[in-house]
Amino acid sequence: MADFEPRIVAFLCNWCTYTAADLAGTSRLQYPPNVRVIRLMCTGALDPVYVSKALLEGADGVLIGGCHPGDCHYQSGNYKARRRIAILHTILAQLGFDPQRVWLRWISASEGQRFADTVTEMVEHLRRLGPNPMRELPMS
Amino acid sequence: MAIQAWLPIEGGDAAGALRKFLAGLLSAGYVDALLVPCRLVGEEAVTPALVESPEALEACEPLAPVMSHNMAVMAGRLTVMDTGRRVGVWLRPCELRALIELTKLHQATLDHVLTIGVDCLGTYEVADYAAMVRAGKQPAELWRGAADGEAVPADGYVLRSACRMCEYPTAASADIRIGLLGLDFPRQVLVESEEPLPVELPPAEVPARRQEVLERVRARRTAERDAAFAAWRAEVPDLRRLAERFATCIRCHNCMVACPICYCKECIFRTPTFDHEPEQYFRWAERRGVLRMPTDTLLFHITRLNHMATSCVGCGLCESACPSHLPVATLFRSVAQSVQALFNYEAGRSLKDELPLATFREDELTDLGK
Ligand code: SF4
Ligand code: SF4
Ligand code: SF4
Ligand code: FES
Repeated sequence: MADFEPRIVAFLCNWCTYTAADLAGTSRLQYPPNVRVIRLMCTGALDPVYVSKALLEGADGVLIGGCHPGDCHYQSGNYKARRRIAILHTILAQLGFDPQRVWLRWISASEGQRFADTVTEMVEHLRRLGPNPMRELPMS
Repeated sequence: MAIQAWLPIEGGDAAGALRKFLAGLLSAGYVDALLVPCRLVGEEAVTPALVESPEALEACEPLAPVMSHNMAVMAGRLTVMDTGRRVGVWLRPCELRALIELTKLHQATLDHVLTIGVDCLGTYEVADYAAMVRAGKQPAELWRGAADGEAVPADGYVLRSACRMCEYPTAASADIRIGLLGLDFPRQVLVESEEPLPVELPPAEVPARRQEVLERVRARRTAERDAAFAAWRAEVPDLRRLAERFATCIRCHNCMVACPICYCKECIFRTPTFDHEPEQYFRWAERRGVLRMPTDTLLFHITRLNHMATSCVGCGLCESACPSHLPVATLFRSVAQSVQALFNYEAGRSLKDELPLATFREDELTDLGK
């Protein structure tokens, strides 16, 4: 599967990981170009419907990046997001879809390197998993 | 336990005795109104009805084994704002559990509600119930098996599949509990209450047999549930197979409308969120060569699971409402089982357990977010 380029949709919190991604870019850190970024005001504002939509339309992975525990701009959005993602993981596992295609990571605004490393790591992980099996369905 | 009493029964008419008991609550002013199942329009249908006058209870069918709506939703309509009235609500176990969830979801209150919970042997589909009545059968004869906890449906009919695998034969947390299983039905109907009742009833000594029968019912239905879940998981091992199994879903949204838990006043799938510009559909079709329409059917089911599986009480009304006879409830219940286990939550167990989506702990799920 040498020519398989995983596609990642990233939902990034405006106050931290989105800025980290920006920093990674402006600092010219090397990371694979496989991510499409969607900016959120907080991970707590992410309805799982959008993560599911990305997966059902063939995204090979979804990365959700938010503020470290205790640092959420809105106090507890990231803790609530964590529960929602735990539920999504459980549902996906129950339905026979690998939940490890969905990553939740805490990356602060200053952690440009951590963002680059996370993307690199995720791309490698998804390469090993192979393409999203839902990709070939004519939209379900 | 404050009160355990027998309902006086004449001529083996348990339903009549229950009507009389309910009328007593109303006439004594113990409640201002009753929300109970009634046969109001024709003989074939029994639906929830709000009863103010004791005479109107003639139409009440407390033992009709049919559930056209989840009573919890009707109770929510009556109690979501305070009217100063106290209403007694007749609830099967899954209806009581749904009402507890709706209360936590702020779509009902229990402040001025007297919950009257009744043992349940199971229910027929609405259309089957009607067909039985038309054919001159007595659906309530199902209760003949009450003493042994055996639900033996009439020849040629089956109980709803959700009922066959329901592990909750009693409405244990109701204010007043009507016991029917494991007793000498129809000569014995048990009434239990924490509070003194406005009607005089002879005290009861509950036979040990009742507990045994209830345990047996729970065990049998749990086994049925586990077998159904195992068969379902084997049949649908992955998302692709789920899409195929649900290929006949016509996206009517009946399952969502019938679900007592689906709480949004406007479901996201009824908004324009997933309506796209025409151009977009053509682009998708171009990219893949073909685009199934309407789009997002699997997304609808997966999203509904994400939104409400934490509170699914397994009433099966989603499945009963499905025109394509899809095993919606088996899907939702089997997934809900794992989702609720994640938070050691059991939908409808108690008002005190916080909704998993309304709370969090700082020190939990630490290997998920890294
Ligand atoms: S999903 Fe189905 S079984 Fe679960 S509460 Fe809703 S209607 Fe009842
Ligand atoms: S599917 Fe989700 S958005 Fe729609 S009614 Fe149910 S809970 Fe609300
Ligand atoms: S009721 Fe059945 S056909 Fe209608 S949307 Fe639900 S699963 Fe699909
Ligand atoms: S503000 Fe960043 S996760 Fe809430």
